[in-house]
Amino acid sequence: MLAVLAGVFLLLPQVYGNRSLLFTMMTFIALAQGLNLLYGFTGYLPFGYVGFFGAGAYGMSLLVLYVHVAAPLAVLGGGAAAVAAALILSPLLRLSGAYFSIANLAASQILFLIVANPSLAGVTGGPYGLNIEQAFDPTASYGAMLVIMLLACAVAVFFRNSRFGLGLRAMTLDPVSAEMAGIDIVRSRLVVWLASAAVAGLAGGSYAWDISVYYPEAVFGLQLSVFAIVFALFGGVGTVAGPILGAVLLYALYSAIGISLPQYFELLYGFLIVLLALFLPDGVLSLFQRRRSAVSARLKRRRTGVL
Amino acid sequence: MELFEYALVGGVLYGIFFSLVGIGLNLVFGVMRMINLAHGQFIMLGGFGAYVLYQDLHLNPIIGIVLAIVGAIVIGLPLYYAVVPRLQRSRDPEMLSFILFFGLAQMIEALAILVFGADQRSLPAETLGSGSISVLGQAFPDSWWVAAGVSILSILGVYLYLTRTRLGFATRAIMTNREEALATGIDVDRVSTIALIMGLALAGIAGVFVPFLLGSISPNIGTELTTSSFAIIIIGSLGRPLGTIAGGLVFGLGTMLMETYFSSWSNIVPYALLVIIVLIRPAGLFGRAVRQA
Repeated sequence: MLAVLAGVFLLLPQVYGNRSLLFTMMTFIALAQGLNLLYGFTGYLPFGYVGFFGAGAYGMSLLVLYVHVAAPLAVLGGGAAAVAAALILSPLLRLSGAYFSIANLAASQILFLIVANPSLAGVTGGPYGLNIEQAFDPTASYGAMLVIMLLACAVAVFFRNSRFGLGLRAMTLDPVSAEMAGIDIVRSRLVVWLASAAVAGLAGGSYAWDISVYYPEAVFGLQLSVFAIVFALFGGVGTVAGPILGAVLLYALYSAIGISLPQYFELLYGFLIVLLALFLPDGVLSLFQRRRSAVSARLKRRRTGVL
Repeated sequence: MELFEYALVGGVLYGIFFSLVGIGLNLVFGVMRMINLAHGQFIMLGGFGAYVLYQDLHLNPIIGIVLAIVGAIVIGLPLYYAVVPRLQRSRDPEMLSFILFFGLAQMIEALAILVFGADQRSLPAETLGSGSISVLGQAFPDSWWVAAGVSILSILGVYLYLTRTRLGFATRAIMTNREEALATGIDVDRVSTIALIMGLALAGIAGVFVPFLLGSISPNIGTELTTSSFAIIIIGSLGRPLGTIAGGLVFGLGTMLMETYFSSWSNIVPYALLVIIVLIRPAGLFGRAVRQA
């Protein structure tokens, strides 16, 4: 599946002209998948996920501007900045459920308000944003985002199919039993948290590289968190394909009608979220899985002769 | 020293008003164990109600209080029965309701932009009295005092409801233990519906004064208000409506002092307070919320 994804995004620019749409779609696949790593596999829903994206974008840009690092290295630096922010915020993992989500949202707002503060205009550009045109290289940044998107999906595959991932699922279902079975809950959670932040940071770095001139709102806007959450939820969290499906379908829909009519789109999104929470908490993919398991159960019954 | 006194008096008034902003969220959480993430959006609707009353019907915006109560009944009743029983049967009520109310918040915000436009709207302060009242030599406009007065009356109303009426006893019983309350024969759905309606009405009433205390109202103000409310009720401990006053005062004084001395950083206050408090006392705040109310 990863190969297919890679092939699609490598070949499409040859036949389809709207490169920025493809780039943004990859960004959202990476973000939805990165959010899925945390929410789908540990149950922590990071409302302020965009904070790591912004940290990555600013980390990358400041490295280019002040340390004059080559852009690809600076993207890695952006990822490191996000991981550093996640380490500082790791005590948030002691909170549960909605407390974690809101505290995480507040943390991302604090980062935004610091970066966009007029008092720091000399360093971070304050509300006027940053300009790293000297590093602009659309082909390279497209490639970087492709790699990051694949990386995020690969990590999700790893979580689905490894012993580590099995441990994660066990501790979401029943933390006490998981702990007794010898899973180090605190450490596993921290690893997932940092991995998830790294994905957002790297994506933020490449995003900044690609657009090269931006305001703080462009990389810290709550809308980015919202999109990532909706895309992941729509497809189905805890799976690999769910967030990809959600991001591709809904972002295509957004670019078709959302840009010209943003309010109607926000309304539609809100409604979609309400419906998902009420009727389909496991996402669209679960529809097919449910049917498949029902079918296989029926087959099994028929084979064993039990009706 | 003059500046300090200004921040002090302003902070207390602002803080009392913000207790009202937070108390509805606290009440709903205490009874339903659900976080109404659309709380700020309901406050915003209250503000636009007051705006429409003044701008289109040429009435005093204070009538918005009545409108808020009517609106809360009209919205709260169907909302409760449409989503809450279903959510409470689901596998993870806390997280799913959080997501659901988040979707609701997006819908309200989008509708508000479609109906009112995305601009900031303000109301002339004179509509709530053209004078000013001075304390410690610091004059604040009448509208601030009216807002603080209404806030105190509303919070007093909640307190009397919870401690002096049968329904209030039932409400506190549900806050303490939902299953036990159900077993004693309390009509949990009815009491919870009333709590939700009260929560929405309190949000709407707070909204009426938002154009006066925050200077203007706009459809996208909701998220900020929700986060501030959340900070306030966590400071004042969850599930205890009267604790909200303490939270509001800490928030109000903190904001006003920052605004006076480091104005460009003042908007960080609610977020910083929230993160610091949940990090210092997560277990304490969380544990207390579950055990008592």
